Amino acid sequence: MLAARVIERNVLAYRRLWVAFLTGFAEPVFYLFSLGLGVGALVHSVTTDAGTTVEYATFVAPALLASSAMNGAIFDSTYNVFFKLRYARTYEAMLATPIGPRDLALGEIAWSLIRGAMYSAAFLAVAVAIGAVDSWWGLLALPAAVFIALAFSAVGMFATTFMRSFLDFDFITLAIQPMFLFSATFFPLGTYPDALRLLVQATPLYHGVALERGLMLGEVGWGLLGHVAYLAILGMIGAVGVSRRLARLLLS
Amino acid sequence: MSDVLVRARGLTKRFGDFIAVDGIDVEVRPGEAFGFLGPNGAGKSSTMKMIGCVSPVTSGELQVFGMDPATHGPAIRARLGVCPQEDMLDGELTVEENLWIYGRYFGLSRREARARAQGLLEFAQLTDRRSDRVEPLSGGMKRRLTIARALISEPDLLLLDEPTTGLDPQARHVLWDKLFRLKQQGVTLIVTTHYMDEAEQLCDRLVVMDGGRIAAQGSPRELIERHCSREVLELRLDPVVSATGTTGAARGVELLGEAFGERLGERVEVLPDRVLVYTDDGEAALEAAHARGVRPISSLVRRASLEDVFLTLTGRTLVD
Repeated sequence: MLAARVIERNVLAYRRLWVAFLTGFAEPVFYLFSLGLGVGALVHSVTTDAGTTVEYATFVAPALLASSAMNGAIFDSTYNVFFKLRYARTYEAMLATPIGPRDLALGEIAWSLIRGAMYSAAFLAVAVAIGAVDSWWGLLALPAAVFIALAFSAVGMFATTFMRSFLDFDFITLAIQPMFLFSATFFPLGTYPDALRLLVQATPLYHGVALERGLMLGEVGWGLLGHVAYLAILGMIGAVGVSRRLARLLLS
Repeated sequence: MSDVLVRARGLTKRFGDFIAVDGIDVEVRPGEAFGFLGPNGAGKSSTMKMIGCVSPVTSGELQVFGMDPATHGPAIRARLGVCPQEDMLDGELTVEENLWIYGRYFGLSRREARARAQGLLEFAQLTDRRSDRVEPLSGGMKRRLTIARALISEPDLLLLDEPTTGLDPQARHVLWDKLFRLKQQGVTLIVTTHYMDEAEQLCDRLVVMDGGRIAAQGSPRELIERHCSREVLELRLDPVVSATGTTGAARGVELLGEAFGERLGERVEVLPDRVLVYTDDGEAALEAAHARGVRPISSLVRRASLEDVFLTLTGRTLVD
């Protein structure tokens, strides 16, 4: 499986870039302390969309977990991939070997998943330590985070193949930032007006947040599989798209 | 299949309306060093990319190791070593890691990749730089590393796209020496270059490409014999305006034309700064010129080179 060699290359490159890992992990943890514990001291409890009342830290922790999976995946699949594609021409060199564009796409997406999963695992450990996880279902929060990372890394990488310069990355920020703030992350979906609610429910991060929240609060139902399906399908469409775009760009 | 590694028939590459490679026929046999010689934009690199299975063939036939690149790309690439025009080394890795991971891309075991990387570090004379990043290396070192990297899979066929472009003379000679050693070990080489001396040094056979077509082919010696004379007389003529109004140089050219064009049947080429006389006996031509009253500032008799063939075939217009 040559996609594994693509991952191996990234492991090799990142052995010296562990600081990047540290920041990717630190950011959501800072949010957890600031919002969960800080704001949580003011807003004592929240009534979830499922109708249970929980502490604010418990409410916000799953959303931050989903966001950290998203950020980890997006960072690697956009900036790093763009650099390797347009500047370092790493992929061109790799395509002179038996590795093909599909291996590249799968390897890079898988690598983003690994990073997303590592951030999520570290975050989950902190969330458990401060008592922000209520249910044993919370153990499934980690595999769920992998689905979130899959969706975002595949779509992010697909978008990256269309970018012409680093300036275009503002579009990514433009998409990510509002999603981070308004995907029922910091307040329940029920607080949004009806029209906005549909918009929120269409975003991938909303499905990630809803999935994680269901698992970590123990509000588990078949509906959660719907979120998984949304993320998985988005990820697969993105992966096929990436592989085609790489072939088009690099094998001309 | 065993007697031809690369076979192209009417091989064509088109980018939109632009025809980069225009129906070329080429055969490369095992163990030989084969050259594509031509100015920029002649279609050399496009041909190399098609052979390297990273650029689809527009039309015509191409077989590498008897296989079709469209359907057997990975299998062909597994037996190729590619040294691209730009180094494209992995800047996030060290010198040694660059070699090692490339071996892994080819599916080598970790141990095998490591062992081969050792040998290639020595081959590339980079053993003492093994733990350095790639960026601070000199151009020559990067090129040697790129070639070493292309060899990690022990390829049957090595593709070198302008291997010495941008290198200083010392680095170029070191590289030629390396390539010569590879050839002696039986590695088949395909080289593109616009350096005549390189083609003369390295290639057993070559094609001269121009505008996507093959303008001539043969061994360096054959090409010189067929498309050029044995020697070239270079004359620098004084361009000072004389009393009669014609320039000295123009008069000199006239005289030369009379001396060679009509009488001896040699070809004379007039350049802005000098006149070239293609002849089989340079010294005799020089004497004939003197006898006609031509008084050059300086004269030089030299062996004809591929450069002369190249310029004869592809013209002197600058191509960008």
